[in-house]
Amino acid sequence: MKIAVCIKRVPDMDVRFKIAPSGTAVDESGLKFDMSDFDGYAVEAAVQLTEKLGAGEVTVISLGADVVQETLRKALSIGAHNAVQLKHDAPISDGFAVASALAAEIQGGGYDLVMFGRMAVDTQNRSTGALCAELLGMPLISAISKLDIENGTVKARRELEGAFELVEAALPAVVTIDEGIARPRYPSLKGIMAAKKKPLATKPAQLPEQRLLLEKLELPAERAAGRIIGEGKDAVPELIRLLKEEAKVL
Amino acid sequence: MANIFAFAETRLGELRRAGLEAVTAARRVADETGGQVHAMLAGGPGIGAIAAKLAAHGADVVLVLEGDAYVHYNPEVLAATIAARLGSGYRAAFFAASAQGHDLVARTAAKLKMPYASDVTDFAFTGDSVTVQHPGYTNKIVQTLVLKTPTAIISLRAGAVLPAENAKTGVVEAITPAMDPATARVKVTATEAGNRGKLDLGEAPVIIAGGRGLKEAANFSLVEDCAAAFGNAAVGATRAVTDEGWRPHADQIGQTGRLVSPDLYVACGISGAIQHLAGMRTSKCIVAINKDKEAPIFKVADYGIIGDVLEILPVLTAAVKTAKASG
Ligand SMILES: Cc1cc2nc3c(=O)[nH]c(=O)nc-3n(C[C@H](O)[C@H](O)[C@H](O)COP(=O)(O)OP(=O)(O)OC[C@H]3O[C@@H](n4cnc5c(N)ncnc54)[C@H](O)[C@@H]3O)c2cc1C
Ligand SMILES: Nc1ncnc2c1ncn2[C@@H]1O[C@H](COP(=O)(O)O)[C@@H](O)[C@H]1O
Repeated sequence: MKIAVCIKRVPDMDVRFKIAPSGTAVDESGLKFDMSDFDGYAVEAAVQLTEKLGAGEVTVISLGADVVQETLRKALSIGAHNAVQLKHDAPISDGFAVASALAAEIQGGGYDLVMFGRMAVDTQNRSTGALCAELLGMPLISAISKLDIENGTVKARRELEGAFELVEAALPAVVTIDEGIARPRYPSLKGIMAAKKKPLATKPAQLPEQRLLLEKLELPAERAAGRIIGEGKDAVPELIRLLKEEAKVL
Repeated sequence: MANIFAFAETRLGELRRAGLEAVTAARRVADETGGQVHAMLAGGPGIGAIAAKLAAHGADVVLVLEGDAYVHYNPEVLAATIAARLGSGYRAAFFAASAQGHDLVARTAAKLKMPYASDVTDFAFTGDSVTVQHPGYTNKIVQTLVLKTPTAIISLRAGAVLPAENAKTGVVEAITPAMDPATARVKVTATEAGNRGKLDLGEAPVIIAGGRGLKEAANFSLVEDCAAAFGNAAVGATRAVTDEGWRPHADQIGQTGRLVSPDLYVACGISGAIQHLAGMRTSKCIVAINKDKEAPIFKVADYGIIGDVLEILPVLTAAVKTAKASG
């Protein structure tokens, strides 16, 4: 079983972001970077599949500047077998261009299963996996929270707003991973040492012309400081008054 | 004048609010740029009855794909059929940025070899380009993007456009699928309605959310009661709660759960971890009830009450009932 997992390097979200003077990028000073949350779940799920089967190979792929090699090494340290960097130094706002470059690498790689995160926590597009599936001509099951592979068929459960779908598709297939499948393990020292010896290839990314262009980034208006209206249940009448008269939501 | 397409999402035979939002958005653009609104519906036998609602919201033409093959969501057939239609020349196409909409819009765009604007909160059509707003970085940054494609394909975040009536004739046209549904490789074998009849988190004007401060699963009945008192509320939860199994994962709000922005968000026994705030900080009015006056949730709350949520919530529920009864 050959599995490809596409992983993206993103900043840690637990900060107050600043916009760079260009107006089109985040000020990266002082930011920490790691694999996007859902991509971590995907790598773990892929590694667990090969462990369960006792066979198979997990290839992690990341599109970006050389800094993504660090993210790829991390995936190798938690059990991926080999890594590919699709090198491109400038940021890309066109999700179709990203998907085209990833699909060009995956195409012909002989993968049985191709995994993506449900969304990247920075772009929040939720599009790359589905775009790639279509470009690869593979069936897609998106945002799955449970995954089984039986006799060459993926059986998955996915969550809709307030409902579930049970979905099946024959391999080779593309899946995008939601929370609930697996939490990534921490890299062990042994894993980190082993990762240094695993293959990491760098190739130029093949990008089409971009037709979705980033014009600017802005911070949303700050919330005005709120107020404590009281303690205990005696504060409820005042809350009701404010909800009615001030916030007008009741 | 080029026409505007809207996909009206349905589930288990019912039209979803997101469907009306897409039609309303399409109508708005058609009124500005000219052209007709073509709204598409797909579902099991009888789904065509929904066409009247789409007409009331501005559809000039309602394209209906009806039959047993469409009882469950059938993304491959839908994407193939929609892409074939859009290929004949539409200025724009609107979809819902919902669980189903997300992959339908992406597959459609990829078939047309075009980028699209995902999860859009606002849009403007000027000349050849379309400018959109899309929140990113766990909603902490708003991105302004320009889409330069002949057809502007857009998925709309829930609530970005409010459904509005603007009645048109809504000529019904039965359409044929662009591929045989029997050859679809992805099969939805079941759709289980988790909380049928209840409001979805993405659509509810009010959300009552509970955290670990509720102490145990059984106490979520207090949250349910409060939501019922509002009448237009859904119940949400933190990851601490869904991890404990007190509520299903579908109820989780935050960075790795649902992103919501209701008119009113009541956080009960929730500390306000950054990953939780990521999912709800854009709510219009936030109320927090927490026994710890230092809890970070109070920093984003418009109104805070310090105290035991188990004691305060029933009083709040009773007060809301009284307030609703007196109009
Ligand atoms: C990668 C990652 C992703 C995550 N994604 C999410 C996500 O999507 N959504 C999410 O919610 N979390 C997420 N988390 C978890 C998040 O960091 C917090 O752990 C979680 O939100 C805490 O939930 P809580 O507020 O219910 O619990 P706690 O942080 O334990 O807070 C409980 C609160 O209840 C108060 N309390 C206790 N008893 C009472 C009482 N009787 N009356 C009133 N108040 C009381 C306490 O003072 C406290 O403030 C994520 C974490 C990581 C690392
Ligand atoms: N630059 C990238 N390199 C590798 N994978 C990516 C990249 N961008 C997006 N992805 C994958 O696509 C998923 C969805 O991203 P998005 O569509 O931007 O929300 C991510 O979770 C990754 O799995």
